[in-house]
Amino acid sequence: MSEKSNSQNAGLTREDVAKVADLAMLNVSEEELDIYTPQLGSILKLAEQMESFDLDGLEPTAHPHGLVNIYRKDEIEQVDVLKEILSSAPQVEDDQFKVPPALGEEL
Amino acid sequence: MKNNRSIVDIVSAVKSGKESATSITETCIERIEIEDKEINSFNTIAKDQAMKAAAVVDQKIAKGEPVGPLAGVPVGVKDVLCTKGIETTCSSKILEGWVPPYDATVVEHLKAADAVIVGKTNCDEFAMGSSNENSAFGPVKNPLDTTRVPGGSSGGSAAAVAAGFVPVSLGTDTGGSVRQPASLCGVVGMKPTYGGISRYGLIAYASSFDTVGVFGNSVSETALMYDVISGSDPRDATSLPGEREQILPTLDSENVEGLRVGVIKELNGSGLEGFESEVIQQLNGSIKALTKAGAKVEEVSIPVIEACLSAYYMLVPAEASSNLARFDGVRFGLREPGGNTAEMMRASRTAGFGDEVKRRIMLGTYALSAGYYDAYYAKAQKLRALLIQELNKIYETFDVLISPTSPCVAFPFGAKSDPLSMFLVDIATIPANLAGHPGISVPFGTGANDMPVGIQILGGKFGEKKIFQAAKALEVAANE
Amino acid sequence: MNKTKTDTEVKSVLPDGWEMVIGLEVHAELATKSKMFSPARNEFGGAPNTNVHPVCLGLPGTLPVVNEKAVELSIRVGLALDCTVQRCVWSRKNYFYPDMPKDYQISQFDLPLNIDGKLGLPSGLVVGIERAHMEEDTGKSTHVGDSGRIHDAGYSLVDYNRSGVPLIEIVSRPDMHTALQAKEYVEELRSILVAIEASDGKMEEGSMRVDANVSVRPVGADELRTRCEIKNVNSLRSIVRAINFEARRHVELYESGQAPRQETRHWDEQGGGRTLPGRAKEDSDDYRYFPDPDLVPIEPSLEWIEEIRKALPILPQQVRSTLVDKGASASAAGLIVERELGPLVFAAIEHGADAKRVFTHAENNLSQGEASSLDPKNFADLIKMETGGELSATQAKTVLAEMVASGEAPEKIASVHGFEAMDSSDLEATVDKIIADSPDEWQRFCEGDPQQRGKLQGFFVGQVMKATKGQADGKAVNQLLQSKSAG
Repeated sequence: MSEKSNSQNAGLTREDVAKVADLAMLNVSEEELDIYTPQLGSILKLAEQMESFDLDGLEPTAHPHGLVNIYRKDEIEQVDVLKEILSSAPQVEDDQFKVPPALGEEL
Repeated sequence: MKNNRSIVDIVSAVKSGKESATSITETCIERIEIEDKEINSFNTIAKDQAMKAAAVVDQKIAKGEPVGPLAGVPVGVKDVLCTKGIETTCSSKILEGWVPPYDATVVEHLKAADAVIVGKTNCDEFAMGSSNENSAFGPVKNPLDTTRVPGGSSGGSAAAVAAGFVPVSLGTDTGGSVRQPASLCGVVGMKPTYGGISRYGLIAYASSFDTVGVFGNSVSETALMYDVISGSDPRDATSLPGEREQILPTLDSENVEGLRVGVIKELNGSGLEGFESEVIQQLNGSIKALTKAGAKVEEVSIPVIEACLSAYYMLVPAEASSNLARFDGVRFGLREPGGNTAEMMRASRTAGFGDEVKRRIMLGTYALSAGYYDAYYAKAQKLRALLIQELNKIYETFDVLISPTSPCVAFPFGAKSDPLSMFLVDIATIPANLAGHPGISVPFGTGANDMPVGIQILGGKFGEKKIFQAAKALEVAANE
Repeated sequence: MNKTKTDTEVKSVLPDGWEMVIGLEVHAELATKSKMFSPARNEFGGAPNTNVHPVCLGLPGTLPVVNEKAVELSIRVGLALDCTVQRCVWSRKNYFYPDMPKDYQISQFDLPLNIDGKLGLPSGLVVGIERAHMEEDTGKSTHVGDSGRIHDAGYSLVDYNRSGVPLIEIVSRPDMHTALQAKEYVEELRSILVAIEASDGKMEEGSMRVDANVSVRPVGADELRTRCEIKNVNSLRSIVRAINFEARRHVELYESGQAPRQETRHWDEQGGGRTLPGRAKEDSDDYRYFPDPDLVPIEPSLEWIEEIRKALPILPQQVRSTLVDKGASASAAGLIVERELGPLVFAAIEHGADAKRVFTHAENNLSQGEASSLDPKNFADLIKMETGGELSATQAKTVLAEMVASGEAPEKIASVHGFEAMDSSDLEATVDKIIADSPDEWQRFCEGDPQQRGKLQGFFVGQVMKATKGQADGKAVNQLLQSKSAG
């Protein structure tokens, strides 16, 4: 495995990718880490393109159009799709979604 | 090969009673069942529901009841849009077999217009891709040359129209995913103003970029579809309030006389690299055509466009990484076994998501993570602000902007296996998604290997009327 | 380690030289009909997964839309806590857990709705409020234990009825230094939330949950040492016990040359009550907060905020401070508010009754709920009769009790009883007679030690009251007894 220089990978290491896969609840094998790391690194390097622009004083924009204050009234809407939802769930018991125990749950 | 029956043709035949919606639907589906084996543009053919819907239209006609503007028209819907009772997979194993208990708002609009939804079209998994090579259910082939990609991510919707299976279809455009495949398949593809069409029922990829878009064989059919599905929606907090200006009624009566058109310098072959020479030739042809039709065409430079790709690939995967978190095997979709919840979630997601999806989720997670947020995510949001600022200024002196839709024509399968080279295909379409602006791609001549070229017209917020007008002028010129 | 019997003995909770530093995070469910972002019903109880909707189940394609009422109630809370109400933004808090339908929680991170408020406690301490922001609640998972057999491993069942319920999270500054202050804070906060009808504050139903952040430091120091968060302490009593336990645990660690780790802990009632460490992972979670792209910012207009402010009911602390301004003691003020006697008291004073007498009667002779049976003008008239000398204090007390029971006017009740003021010479004559009738007791009264005098005083006053059928003024009797025994 050739060592890619840090600058090509924007400083992204295998450990970074492993950590991020963990946060994202994905299992990534050693072989996959070798493939993903340079791929992700080269994409991160794209971020350098932003350096040539003066971004001082600009407000970070989450939405293109600056909408504010969109509400709905406090009204109840009964939907009749519960049976469908439960029937398309992977596992159900007593009308609840059944899952393996979560780590650290009180017994 | 192309058998393009127009909406006007179908609706008048159905309304007059000359043909029944059921027979039109049956013919349509039969054709798909045979010919789509090659193209693979549909994930699901909804035969039962389609026949039922067609029968309802026929009953209304028989009773003399009014029918909608899409009466009896077969439509394809991209498999990221929820359709009640019809499997919706996002072309992913993680949603294989999932049947939504509700319709997306745009689907409700189609039904209210008496359209007949014949099936769910194939796409890149979770709309992530530019070639439709990332579907869990096999790639889609370009009907004009089956060794080549149709573009993506709405490759199936584009191909279905290009192959003549349906006259119109719905896609989604987050970074060009309607305009680019339209360009590669030689059909019209339109992206609305962000917030102009409801996102309720659109399975989210990048929430502040996603829009529902339309494919059609002609500008006017595309305009009709836009008129039917656009509108405000109280179920979507990002949908813009107010009425939508209707496009079709004035499309033929107005023209581009005096329209101020800006040619984006960075995308005209003299700026950014990678534009095929034939594509630039067609751009020049389209400029000539608009000038001839009375438009005022000038070059305009938008330097910030050069950084749009990077801002896009910081923001979109970040939103996607969060939007796709809900696919955890608990309430719906694929579940793989695990000794505890975390193991089960990891196993399900790992088995259910394809490579490209995993890459983008990891990229997005990284961009949002502690220590990197400012350098990547926040910075990209500032660049977004800069682009919007620049474009708003430009639209004070220009009505529309023009560029090629894609730097290249349809490429062979596997030609762009490196993710970064694939991203570059979207270089011309991404700015409109960052800015929340509308855009339309119109077929205009051919390029290398006789593959179609698409020309893109862009407008400012709610500039749909102007871009459709310019597109119409180009269409007329292209068909001369 | 000593377990203190009563926690009122503040001095003995921690060894000498140490003090606690306590901050509280309170989550309160808002009293709306529907949920924060979905139109499903917001109601406690109910069969599992019946108060749900595709939006609060996070089904693919669904989108959140903000409940206007929840924002209104949250502004109410902010104003009641003297906060600045500002433009705010929704953030996604990303983490995976089965009770989280989207595997992210919509909350508010860097721009919350309410900031920089304060809450004045009855005892006088003013606790700073750092922020009060809006967020959505999670579902509930119940673990079904395993029986030990391999094929019958444990599992969890998830109910999403609670998922998406609107919450307000109120974060205090670390201004409390005893567990009792923390308890007082929670009680006061609850009474405010209930008074403004923002929440029903039912800790037993989980509509109000408390997390305590506890650290210790040497008395007089300015520093803030490592703190631990104790989650979901579900009753006022547990709050006190948990905080005291945790503070003592920290001190013990420091005194043995160690230090507490920064971690989240849980209160365990069993084994006499102790805190236990939570999941180690909880402390290193990177939530990757970012603005929720499905929601737009909230910019409450000044008009709307004023409208809400004007409609606020008078709050407990305002009532208390007004009472104190009018001459009530802090404890009387606290009792008056607790027993919801405020409006009655103020109205009586408005009608011209002597404030001090009003306070005394309220403190000593009226209990919770009795305000509704008492007409303020009648109450004022009674007090005027007392201060004007027509009724003795004892008589007034009797009349008041009957006023509460019957709703009748004081003049009527007094005349039915035949109460008239005794004039002072009549009174003295009666006292002389009683003294004459009990010479032995009188001698012991004049010569006895204070304890004996106290007992005999009661005897003589009782006799005088019997002889005068309660008409005598107790204070006057005492004065006569004192002066006669001295002379």
